[in-house]
Amino acid sequence: MSLTSPWRADFPGILALAAEGQTYLDSAATAQKPQAMLNALLGYYASGAANVHRAQHVPGERATRAFEATREKAARWLNAADAQQIVFTRSATEALNLLAYGLEQRFIAGDEIVISALEHHANLLPWQQLAQRRQLKLVVLPLDAHGLIDLSQAAQLIGPRTRLLAVSQLSNVLGCWQPLEPLLALAQAQGALTVVDGSQGVVHGRTDVQALSCDFYICSSHKLYGPDGVGLLYGRPQALEQLAHWQFGGEMLLHTDYANARFRPAPLGFEAGTPPIASVIALGASLDYLGSLDAAAVSAHEAALHAELLSGLRQRQVLRLLGTPSVALASFVVEGVHHADLAHLLSEQGLAVRAGHHCAMPLLQGLGLSGAVRVSLGLYNDGADLQRFFNALDQALELLL
Amino acid sequence: MSLPTAASEALQAFAACPSWDQRARLQMQWGERLEPLSAEQCCSEHLVAGCASQVWLLGQQHEGHWYFQASSDARLLRGLLALLLARVNGLSSEELAAADLLDWFSQLGLGRQLSPSRSNGLNAVLQRMRAVSLGERA
Ligand SMILES: Cc1ncc(COP(=O)(O)O)c(C=O)c1O
Repeated sequence: MSLTSPWRADFPGILALAAEGQTYLDSAATAQKPQAMLNALLGYYASGAANVHRAQHVPGERATRAFEATREKAARWLNAADAQQIVFTRSATEALNLLAYGLEQRFIAGDEIVISALEHHANLLPWQQLAQRRQLKLVVLPLDAHGLIDLSQAAQLIGPRTRLLAVSQLSNVLGCWQPLEPLLALAQAQGALTVVDGSQGVVHGRTDVQALSCDFYICSSHKLYGPDGVGLLYGRPQALEQLAHWQFGGEMLLHTDYANARFRPAPLGFEAGTPPIASVIALGASLDYLGSLDAAAVSAHEAALHAELLSGLRQRQVLRLLGTPSVALASFVVEGVHHADLAHLLSEQGLAVRAGHHCAMPLLQGLGLSGAVRVSLGLYNDGADLQRFFNALDQALELLL
Repeated sequence: MSLPTAASEALQAFAACPSWDQRARLQMQWGERLEPLSAEQCCSEHLVAGCASQVWLLGQQHEGHWYFQASSDARLLRGLLALLLARVNGLSSEELAAADLLDWFSQLGLGRQLSPSRSNGLNAVLQRMRAVSLGERA
């Protein structure tokens, strides 16, 4: 019985790659796009581009309406109470930088920022650099043997000096859901702000930001089957009010003379310059497409694929899995085999998987590894993709072992 | 321009290997030809920055000819390094400067390994080699 994806044909990119002999198993890096998104992108440009929030003319109004419609759709997707709580950025990375700069004035020397050992560089470096600028202490929560943030240690480490907690919902290396509820509760008990990096998590199940009750939630369009060049920053109203403006120009202001300016509140006050209009509009089309799917069927398909991936990996005794992945992806190493060699031989056979440190260098270092191979899944992958991967893996290992 | 003997040998061997797995095997066999580096030679001074795997490169001139030594912790990359050294060792500075190394790897059927998205580090190795031969770095 082979798993087939009923949605595969909706993704011209996955079909084109397959026709070229490429098996795409790197969706955690970026996902292929549905035809509906491509249509929206072309449709916007082909029917007349215009800038948003500026012009009174018809094309400008039309672009602005479509652009703002995506804000509504994104808010609905995340169950934010109001579309005005969604800020468009250029990437998840930019959203996290926005927070680190926008909150900078709120910290005083000796304050603590808490992250975890598995953070992507995007959720490490902005805080690390902020800590250096302001003489703050960066506290790193350790993981347990499964790759989950260790709650008992977190309870010790999150304390009265903690001003902010920033953690991933789902690790891009270990593929496990983090225990956000108790972690956020620990931070909130200290009056700290909470930031959740949902870049991976948002792709593999609906997130309800109100139920999660974080102050900020970040994710990225290009991993969520949308175009690149767009990140989303959700904030609670009281949290957004704490942000200082950070990039200046364009229409983000209320009034300026040569010497001084007053700025708009979020979201527009944090969207300086011409935004990625076409991409934002096209993200709306991706969200519409995703919304039209049977969410339970998608989850079931992803779960079945992931189970098949894990069982195949576990059958091969020479492999060692990193952590205990529960969804979306799995990373592994082979004793005595360099990940670069394995990646090379897989790519020779048309397998698009990822090898290296996955933008989580300290995590890999902590595990005593220079890198690992990661297989990651999208809703368009099927059992045949995994079969091709395992065949290629066996051939590669035969050469290398 | 006449090729060094080892280079001609490599060209023949790779031309005789059409399939990816034969070529990979051959590439690894070439890697085994690399003279091992001593622990002192594998130091940060000789480490080539910007590679996904660790690569060390040393070069010296002897009576007007260049001799490089290299190694890596990745086997396929060791093979590429051996193939590189087969092409460049013994060249004068002028010959080295004139050598088209991209073309060299393409002739071997390994040109794709120099594509910019590759993080295997061969490009960084070539840059370092150039720098060493120009005396920018010992
Ligand atoms: C967990 C996590 N956070 C942040 C990012 C960065 O996202 P972006 O590419 O939108 O900057 C990624 C992407 O690799 C990620 O996996």
